[in-house]
Amino acid sequence: MIFEAILLTIITASTPLVIASLGELVTERAGVLNLGVEGMMIMGAVGAFAVAQMTGSPYIGVIAGIVSGAVFSLLFGFLTLTLVANQVATGLALTILGLGASGMLGESFVGIPGIKLPAIAIPLLSDIPFIGPILFKQDIAFYLSIALVLGINWFLFRTRAGLKLRAIGDSHGSAHALGINVIRTRYLAVMFGGACAGLAGAQLSLIYTPQWVENMSAGRGWIALALVVFASWRPWRVLIGGYLFGAVGIAQLHAQIIGQEFGIAIPAQFLSMLPYVATVVVLVLISQNRRTTLINTPASLGKPFVPDR
Amino acid sequence: MTEAAIVPLLSVRKLTKLFGTFAANNGIDLEIMPGEIHALLGENGAGKSTLVKMLFGVLSPTSGEIVWNGTPVSISSPGEARKLGIGMVFQHFSLFEALTVAENIALSLDDNVPLSKVAEEAAALSRQYGLPLDPSAHVADLSVGERQRIEIVRALLQNPRLIILDEPTSVLTPQEADKLFETLDKLRAEGRSVLYISHRLEEVQRICDRATVLRHGKVTGACDPKSETPSSLARMMVGADVASVERDQSVAIGAVKLETRNLTVAARTPFAVSLKGISLSVRAGEVLAIAGVAGNGQGELFDALSGEFPQADANAVLLNGVPAGTLGINRRRLLGASFVPEERHGHAAVPALSLSENLLLARSQSDRAAFLSGGPLGLIRQGTLSDATKRISAEMDVRKASIDPPAGSLSGGNLQKFIVGRELDRQPSVLIVNQPTWGVDAGAASRIRQALVDLARSGSAVIVISQDLDEIFEVASQIAVISEGRLSAPYPAGEMTMEKIGLLMGGMHDGSNHPEAAHAH
Repeated sequence: MIFEAILLTIITASTPLVIASLGELVTERAGVLNLGVEGMMIMGAVGAFAVAQMTGSPYIGVIAGIVSGAVFSLLFGFLTLTLVANQVATGLALTILGLGASGMLGESFVGIPGIKLPAIAIPLLSDIPFIGPILFKQDIAFYLSIALVLGINWFLFRTRAGLKLRAIGDSHGSAHALGINVIRTRYLAVMFGGACAGLAGAQLSLIYTPQWVENMSAGRGWIALALVVFASWRPWRVLIGGYLFGAVGIAQLHAQIIGQEFGIAIPAQFLSMLPYVATVVVLVLISQNRRTTLINTPASLGKPFVPDR
Repeated sequence: MTEAAIVPLLSVRKLTKLFGTFAANNGIDLEIMPGEIHALLGENGAGKSTLVKMLFGVLSPTSGEIVWNGTPVSISSPGEARKLGIGMVFQHFSLFEALTVAENIALSLDDNVPLSKVAEEAAALSRQYGLPLDPSAHVADLSVGERQRIEIVRALLQNPRLIILDEPTSVLTPQEADKLFETLDKLRAEGRSVLYISHRLEEVQRICDRATVLRHGKVTGACDPKSETPSSLARMMVGADVASVERDQSVAIGAVKLETRNLTVAARTPFAVSLKGISLSVRAGEVLAIAGVAGNGQGELFDALSGEFPQADANAVLLNGVPAGTLGINRRRLLGASFVPEERHGHAAVPALSLSENLLLARSQSDRAAFLSGGPLGLIRQGTLSDATKRISAEMDVRKASIDPPAGSLSGGNLQKFIVGRELDRQPSVLIVNQPTWGVDAGAASRIRQALVDLARSGSAVIVISQDLDEIFEVASQIAVISEGRLSAPYPAGEMTMEKIGLLMGGMHDGSNHPEAAHAH
């Protein structure tokens, strides 16, 4: 079934976007702008691939990917939260560093066939015609991405810890005055973002294309960043947007075939541009009035916090 | 029960707070009885905030003792203060705009209160004290008065025995303030105590049972405010008699200097106020004061008058009879007008630049010949510039650490004196000032007000946009009120009353023609 095959590719292409974007969403909800998603993702990809090769277990590889992303994000946390460096510059540096370091670390793995994470069929549910094989015969990363959407949504809007995190993102000064530990919460949020980016990277090198290729994140970190804005910092919208962006990415690969089928030639470049255009449109819509800006965007996003001032 | 048997709820003995060698609080004694509203009076910088921060556990005292209910305590954090039963309503609200009312309240409660219960409790409490609140509304959508209610409810949810209110009415309309006073009466009736920080003497006299006055970090008086006069209270606050503004009633009123004709400006941004058909005229010798609650179009009116945003219709604004509606700031300045905007930092002055550089920036176009030599480069005449800086500083009594310090290093009052002086130095025929003494201490404020009155007396027209009603009555010869972008008719200052201003602020523009309207609330 060609339709089913297309849906499966879209899911595989969208999952890393959704996961990385959810991590960044939590980081940004806490008021920290980490532009290093691409770098953390590629570190996760190389870490996951290397450990999977060494241990022979792709699952230990996934854990290694998560840990690599989180540890790498700690560098960002230390620079921006403890040393109060500029978040934008540090994030960009993190991406450049991650791309370079991963290339170096992964040099010996180039060309080695990878270990693919197997799909897990959920009993009974996977027997449902059509949707069963698509939704319930998936790999661990897909299941985790759905669990993350539900979990983060619950955490942010139903728990006190989530409320505190949103409060910090809205006004770190007021949060500090209420006795909330701003720096510690932000460290945790940054590391969560790093862990998610690492998981997304592991998905790339263990599921999407089970091998190590330099720069294999191929700009997905940037799409994940755009996706957070596109979703106006809401987990459910990340899921929807992630699948839209993922589908556009797949369409881009098949632009020529689509062109022939429908008799219209869409340049692949136009399609790769779409996610960013959509993000700009959403930004413009949010900025329409003060109220939607205030309610949607974390007001202290990207602003440095120095407690005793 | 005899007087001696009542244990003070809070007593503070010899409390001192040093910052380096500077004593922000120096041996403060204070007693608050159960069920009283106690005023803490003082000018900006008198040490009120320092004292309150120590009571609320934000700062720790250098020496001295805090006794709560007869037991000496050390309060090392706001959490401990709350546990003792001390609640605080800050002057600058520490609210989260993106969150709902209930979420804001939940954040300041103990972690063991379930989130789902907070909304109910808050709603019940707000009804009980006559502070209507919708728990599910976003703070971003609320007015300043409503935001203050959240702060009060937030404090009340802790069931405090002492509530500290820091300048609570500075942001309220007179009517909203009346509501607040009713709430405070209820709190007192329940036996709770209130520490009420203010520099508004009438309020303190109206609602407070006792007052403690601070000056330069020391207690200068403890009294029953109802048995004092405003001037005796002011004397305790300021130390000497505050120079009240001298007004010469026999000022010659001359020709119209500034006029607007049906000045209408659409809101530039969705959160700005549009100006609706404003017509006003100010004559030489007059001070027109424009009262109003913040956010009713004062900023927009100032921008339109100053030319920061010129109008399409040249005849919307006339300066000395010349149509100036389409002109920008410098062209209007060349016609003899001067402007003092509301924000000192970043609008009236660049904080990082020195006073002389700020002076030059403001006047390099309108007084080019005085400060710049000819030629394409426009070399700065340093001598003239530093003379002018010295002259202005001396004239306005600007106190500064060096000859020409960065503007940002001056206190608010001294910088404002310099900015006003910078414009007066031009001897403008029209001066427009927005919130001239906002956040300025009483001494500087009185100096600035006197300068405005003197300028009018010398034959200029002056417009003062202000939220401070005391200021308005002090300087104005005519008073108008702006409300939702509409300007009321001007009334001679002598015919204006607080109540009438209050009604006009609420948008009742015909208040004077319908006496019964005055009793409507």
